[in-house]
Amino acid sequence: MQKLNVLSSPHISHNDTTGGIMLDVILALLPATICSFFFYGFRAIVLVAATVASAVASEYLWCQATKKASSLKDLSAVVTGLLLALNLPPDLPVWMAVLGGAIAIVIIKQMFGGLGHNFANPAMTARIVLMISFPTAMTTFTVPFTDTVSSATPLAELSSGTPDLIQLFLGYHAGCMGETSAALLLVGGVYLIIRRVITPTIPLSFILSAGIFAAILGVHPVATILTGGIMLGSIYMATDYATSPPTFLGQIIFGVGCGIITVIIRVFGNLPEGVSFGILIMNILTPQITKLTSPKPFSLEGKK
Amino acid sequence: MSKKKEYLKLFTKGLVLENPVLRLVLGTCPTLAVTTSALNGVGMGLAATFVLVGSGAVVSLLRNIIPSKVRIPAYITIIAGFVTVVQMLVKAFLPAIDSALGIFLPLIVVNCIILARAEMFAAKNPVIPSILDGLGMGIGFTATLTLMGMIRELIGAGSLFGLPITSSFIDPMVIMLLPPGGFFVFGILVALSNALAENFGKSKVSGTGCENCSACGGCPMSESKPEEVENTKSVTAENTKEQAEEEKQKKEDKTNE
Repeated sequence: MQKLNVLSSPHISHNDTTGGIMLDVILALLPATICSFFFYGFRAIVLVAATVASAVASEYLWCQATKKASSLKDLSAVVTGLLLALNLPPDLPVWMAVLGGAIAIVIIKQMFGGLGHNFANPAMTARIVLMISFPTAMTTFTVPFTDTVSSATPLAELSSGTPDLIQLFLGYHAGCMGETSAALLLVGGVYLIIRRVITPTIPLSFILSAGIFAAILGVHPVATILTGGIMLGSIYMATDYATSPPTFLGQIIFGVGCGIITVIIRVFGNLPEGVSFGILIMNILTPQITKLTSPKPFSLEGKK
Repeated sequence: MSKKKEYLKLFTKGLVLENPVLRLVLGTCPTLAVTTSALNGVGMGLAATFVLVGSGAVVSLLRNIIPSKVRIPAYITIIAGFVTVVQMLVKAFLPAIDSALGIFLPLIVVNCIILARAEMFAAKNPVIPSILDGLGMGIGFTATLTLMGMIRELIGAGSLFGLPITSSFIDPMVIMLLPPGGFFVFGILVALSNALAENFGKSKVSGTGCENCSACGGCPMSESKPEEVENTKSVTAENTKEQAEEEKQKKEDKTNE
């Protein structure tokens, strides 16, 4: 006699775990992280260590304080810390980085219910908080291999002339630690797409729309894509599962929205960089986009 | 319950359990807008307290004369009278606070705490309880605004009441003076006060029984229908008792496992 097991759905399971996916993201970020160590030396190592330690410690303390099961094993706090570090200028005071890690985990992630319930990407929103709080420290960039302070990143030079595109692609220019090398960020992005951690929809629509929109406004399109945080933001932060729409059409709307807002802020705004604000605004619109683009169940099509 | 105790309760409920900002979530607009410094918080709070007490007393005195159809315009007129007094006094004697509070000082007229207390409490109660209610609510409002102002000023500008404290060795976080910082502090304080009130309510239910139950203290509905208050009180008390017992059992089950 065969036994009939009656179970409720889902019936098809998969071996993917949150921890596994997060480990893939960490692996994908490693080339860019190591590159930043190479470019900026010991201070980069200290900053990465500080944000990761601060994020993990905040996660642990929050779980202890609220008597929740510890969520350290899913590695999401490590990813948040690493992403935040790559979004910071290399000469930021360490205490500001530690503060950023704590803000990302406690205020933006855990207070809204933890992983999967956050309305915005924690690392990126923490960067915005730091950016608004400490504008001077957050926009003081140094040129790789030196201690020279460069007030003008290639982003600022875009309006005056065209920077060397190959140098931009390889990362030899001033900027945030992880923003500099487009090539290594792309390598990580391809790895994530091959591992099926992310789909290319959001990054491609983000990058293409930013380039096209910049060209329309008369800014060099390739330089626009290669400078600032567009690579880092589009591949690693706009693709956050909890804060981006799940549908194909929704993801295209999301990516195009991010791209256009980024370029608008860069060209017309008084802030040097618009990637994080673009992603944050689209994060907030995500529930609406999802609702508009969700497929309707069979037989309900055409009805309101 | 003796009259003194009742009066004391009327006065103290506005401080924590029915704190207008944190528990009733009234008057959010001035709360977020003016608390960029501790001094602004004190100024706004005291001005609102004066209006609360004055309008509460007058509304209570006139509660049997005002026809209910035109009561809201009548209340607004009374409140506007007191606001005009406050505004002229502040303009004359504290011009610095006047310029700091700006439009939010005359806007006390439409501050929902004041109209809510007039509508929910003063219109149904005698003068002395109405004054005590207004005083308690006003002091609760002032205390909350001052606390929020102190937190935001300390982190956002590195000073307290204008005196520099940490600004010489730590870069202040400018975001705390901007609207997002106001919402951060507001949200965290609301969460904390909810947690506090929950704990407070539970211990009271298990400790002394229905009479001192504060479970429905935070609910403005309980005052809008005075004749039903007793019923709802006992029902909620029973509910919370049952809940507490269930939770105890669950905990015991867990420990047994």
